[in-house]
Amino acid sequence: MKPAAFEYHAPRTIEEAVGLLAEHGDDAKVLAGGQSLVPLMNMRLARPRVIVDINRTRGLAGLGEARGMLRIGSMVRQRAAERSVLVASRCPLLREALGWVGHPQIRNRGTIGGSIAHADPAAEIPAVLAALGGEVTVRGRRGPRTISAAELFVTYLTTAIDARELLTEVRVPVMPRAAGWSWMEIARRHGDFALAGVGVMLAMRGKVIADARIGLTGVGPIPVRAAAAERVLVKQHPSDALWQRAAEAVRAAIEPEGDLHASADYRRHVAGVLTVRALREAHARAGAPRGRAGGRPRGEAA
Amino acid sequence: MEPRDVTLTINGRAYRARVEPRKTLADTIREDCGLTGTHLGCEHGVCGACTILMDGEAVRSCLLFAVQAEGADLRTVEGLAESPADGGEPRLHPIQQAFWEHHGLQCGFCTPGFLMTTVAFLRDNPHPTEREIREGLAGNLCRCTGYQNIVKAVAAASGMLTSTPRRAARARRTYGGATNGKQGGGVRRRTPEHPGRQRKPPA
Repeated sequence: MKPAAFEYHAPRTIEEAVGLLAEHGDDAKVLAGGQSLVPLMNMRLARPRVIVDINRTRGLAGLGEARGMLRIGSMVRQRAAERSVLVASRCPLLREALGWVGHPQIRNRGTIGGSIAHADPAAEIPAVLAALGGEVTVRGRRGPRTISAAELFVTYLTTAIDARELLTEVRVPVMPRAAGWSWMEIARRHGDFALAGVGVMLAMRGKVIADARIGLTGVGPIPVRAAAAERVLVKQHPSDALWQRAAEAVRAAIEPEGDLHASADYRRHVAGVLTVRALREAHARAGAPRGRAGGRPRGEAA
Repeated sequence: MEPRDVTLTINGRAYRARVEPRKTLADTIREDCGLTGTHLGCEHGVCGACTILMDGEAVRSCLLFAVQAEGADLRTVEGLAESPADGGEPRLHPIQQAFWEHHGLQCGFCTPGFLMTTVAFLRDNPHPTEREIREGLAGNLCRCTGYQNIVKAVAAASGMLTSTPRRAARARRTYGGATNGKQGGGVRRRTPEHPGRQRKPPA
């Protein structure tokens, strides 16, 4: 046996799941795709007393669009979102970032909600949520509440979701028509967590940038939305010099930490380089037709 | 915790087992169902040796608990080769045949995982480029580092699997899961070196 013993529940309804979480509180862990939790359990770094497995819970796997938002049930598998025509057409930045999450075997089980609730500081999906200003719905005993991306991520592996609450839905704003996008990432090996990664959206009005979004991963305890860099871009004419100024604003806004894999200076440098590349690509794509085929071939290594 | 009775459907056959909820699917497949073709390397989702198909999709069986797999259609490496009903010699699956022909295995420990990953990968992308093959296999590690020949074997196997509507229909029966509509239109790629699956002469 790899994991320590636990009490296992597989609730069929959201109410039942929320009831179990209310009852067991901090002793319980929600099991979604299990691609982060189960490795921790197998290594006994996590020893939850109670597992609430929501893989058979109804009402968590919807994927749709309403009021300018892409609505993704928390249990939608990353692979399903990656293959979804709706995601590709409404939020191609998310689709592109999903191609960098682990490997296909991981994405076949891993879920959109699980990645957000786990809040790994080098994960892709939280950075997209932060960049585009998304939000999530969580359900507790007292009913649902909405948490914006800006309030959601607290620190490493920690969110504003209470142990007694269940993440039920993720909402990502639909990108403006003809907006350009780019996800760029450097990792030691393909499928590893990012040393640094950046997601960019650029919307043009004529020859001027109307809206810009920049989200970064791997450069601090939580995903970073580089609002100062966005302000550098808006109402300006695109140019390489402008991209460099935005990259400087990104470098100023982040406080990466060094570790075994990369120094803090390296991460800061790379975050700027990736920002320039991503802005260039997003600008080239702005106005172009969008679809599944859109984008650079995946798997481009550092 | 109290053990539970589970029924797993593996390669079309039902297996009953009594397991604790914490018992991984990989351990249950090996120890309770006796199907030891599925290997365990890292046991935390990095190496890909334990890859199986669950409802047609490649998954790491060390990151699932057996209790989660009830009702699912599971496929392991044992289900790839075809055993004739008359009890004759089993015939290798075309992907296995390609690994054999192209020396796609050295010690063989990682091979079951590579094979199962390849089954799902070629179903979704019957005619991949080399780059796509490398990316598709990136979640599987070979400690012998025999990647060149593994990539060659997958390239050779591509297109052989689903080159006719009949093969495509059989592939759907064999592997289950979603199809992307690409199947059945492939170009038949058979050469003397890569003859594909050989039909046995009738006895």
